[in-house]
Amino acid sequence: MSLPRSWQASLTLILFLFMYFPIAVLGLYSFNASRYSSVWEGFSLKWYQQLLSDDRIHAALGTSLLVATVAVAISAVLGTLMAVGLAKYRFLGKGLYQGIAYLPLIVPDIAIAVATLVFLSSVGRLYFGIQLSLWTIIAAHVVFCLAYIAVVVTSRLAGLDPHIEEAALDLGATPRQAFVKVLLPELLPGIVAGCLLAFVLSMDDLLISSFTAGNGANTLPMEIYSRVRTGMKPDINALSVVLILGSGMLAFVAEYWRNASTGPGRPHRGGQ
Amino acid sequence: MQRLTPRDPSELGEVNRPPARPERDLPWLQPLLLLAPAGLWLLLLLVLPSLLLLELSLIPGFRLGQAPAAYGIGNYVTLLDPLYLRVVGRSLFYACGTTLLCLLLGFPVAYWITLLAPRRWRSLLLLGFVLPLWTSSLLRAYAWITILRPSGVLNSFLGWLHLPGQTWLNSTPAIFIGMTYSFLPYMVLILSATLEKLDRRLLEAAADLGAKPSQTFWQVTLPQTLPGIAAGGLLVFISALGDFVVPDLLGGSSSMTVSRLVYQQFLGATRNWGLASSLSVLLMVAVGAAIALLLRFGDRKSASF
Repeated sequence: MSLPRSWQASLTLILFLFMYFPIAVLGLYSFNASRYSSVWEGFSLKWYQQLLSDDRIHAALGTSLLVATVAVAISAVLGTLMAVGLAKYRFLGKGLYQGIAYLPLIVPDIAIAVATLVFLSSVGRLYFGIQLSLWTIIAAHVVFCLAYIAVVVTSRLAGLDPHIEEAALDLGATPRQAFVKVLLPELLPGIVAGCLLAFVLSMDDLLISSFTAGNGANTLPMEIYSRVRTGMKPDINALSVVLILGSGMLAFVAEYWRNASTGPGRPHRGGQ
Repeated sequence: MQRLTPRDPSELGEVNRPPARPERDLPWLQPLLLLAPAGLWLLLLLVLPSLLLLELSLIPGFRLGQAPAAYGIGNYVTLLDPLYLRVVGRSLFYACGTTLLCLLLGFPVAYWITLLAPRRWRSLLLLGFVLPLWTSSLLRAYAWITILRPSGVLNSFLGWLHLPGQTWLNSTPAIFIGMTYSFLPYMVLILSATLEKLDRRLLEAAADLGAKPSQTFWQVTLPQTLPGIAAGGLLVFISALGDFVVPDLLGGSSSMTVSRLVYQQFLGATRNWGLASSLSVLLMVAVGAAIALLLRFGDRKSASF
């Protein structure tokens, strides 16, 4: 083995810098007094102050939080039920069901967004009287949140002893009791991790929201996009820092739950 | 201390008898309760919309509010126009280039993190590398605008070194930088999942039998990691092919891609929904073909990470 560090290590270090450099730039320049932010003109908190008094950003943030919370809550229920159902039963068309359910993980957002818009503005409007609004955004977000939550719950299910539910049934629990009191607590770490992932993705979504919002609602990514397109906006730097801290915290919680859910310290196989 | 009072035997019998389970009589009820809610939601908001999109793509030049023309493949014929072929070609070019860059950069990183780095740091290093994925993709692209624009961070730095400045923003290099930045962590994640499963005894055996490190790499390591390379490559390819934010914010007006064109035709000024639908269908078919390839030749386990 050669004495100097391997070139792979050097490349890894460079790419670590590459991954964090843009985030560091956003953070640094959010404190820059200059409007044209390439030159450092001293420390300033004015972009944060401007952010605090920006009503459009507040409204958009509120909308995004509402959309993400409601969509994730619905998806948590639907996605968990679906994951359990798919793990438990074999039936005709299961492959098709699975394929469709996990489609949003891989099909580009733009295609799903366009399809949803076409559907809502034709069949949805004519036959169901649907107007594009906050609620159509939520309905569309559930489609992809569902898939992410189901994936995480499925991997958690795969690590479980398949007999715990049967054991509960044999001990006299009703199927509902076995599900709620035995299976659900075991799945909880997976459900929480999946929800956090779905929440972050919902908060980040630009395309599906843009296509399903109509004139009725404005989410935070839509607001950021419309501002960023038209040039440099130093207050967006400040907003970035706030959002990155927020999602960093969620990432930390999610990883904690993931480790809790995959760690070896959760015996459920008798006294091993 | 609680005193156990003896119970009447008949009462015990009552407790121990399994409760009535109406579900037993309706074996389809439980699967239905579990699978129908999500299934219905997906039917309404994913399956029907996709079918409708397919139908719309077969109505030449459909615009909202107009009486639809007769069915035909006019939209797909229009896509053969050199103007649109260039857009499709450009999307493919960006996607292929990004995939190649991510492979070339991601493989050594995944290799070092999973095989060479100190064992106890491995999971932390991997976590650290993918952490930026949790930040907004929009803000990450915006950060690159800050860096790459003519009076941006990079040019200030180059100027300080008395080097000529670059004009990468709104051109191809900016797109490759932005897309590689967005998708490199996925590649590293998938490759390291594959490298983790590498049979290290084979590497030792190759070394014992006198293979040079480079021979070992090309003839032992690489063939074993091909499934991961296929999975990671296709994932990056698909993501890059459908990406909207990076080409739109970093690419400027000259780099029209399929997803930007679709966006423009639906929400912009031109609004030819029929044509844009056929482009979306094309995108879905391309992705479907890529997934079919992955399932046929790839490693499902590493793809599902």
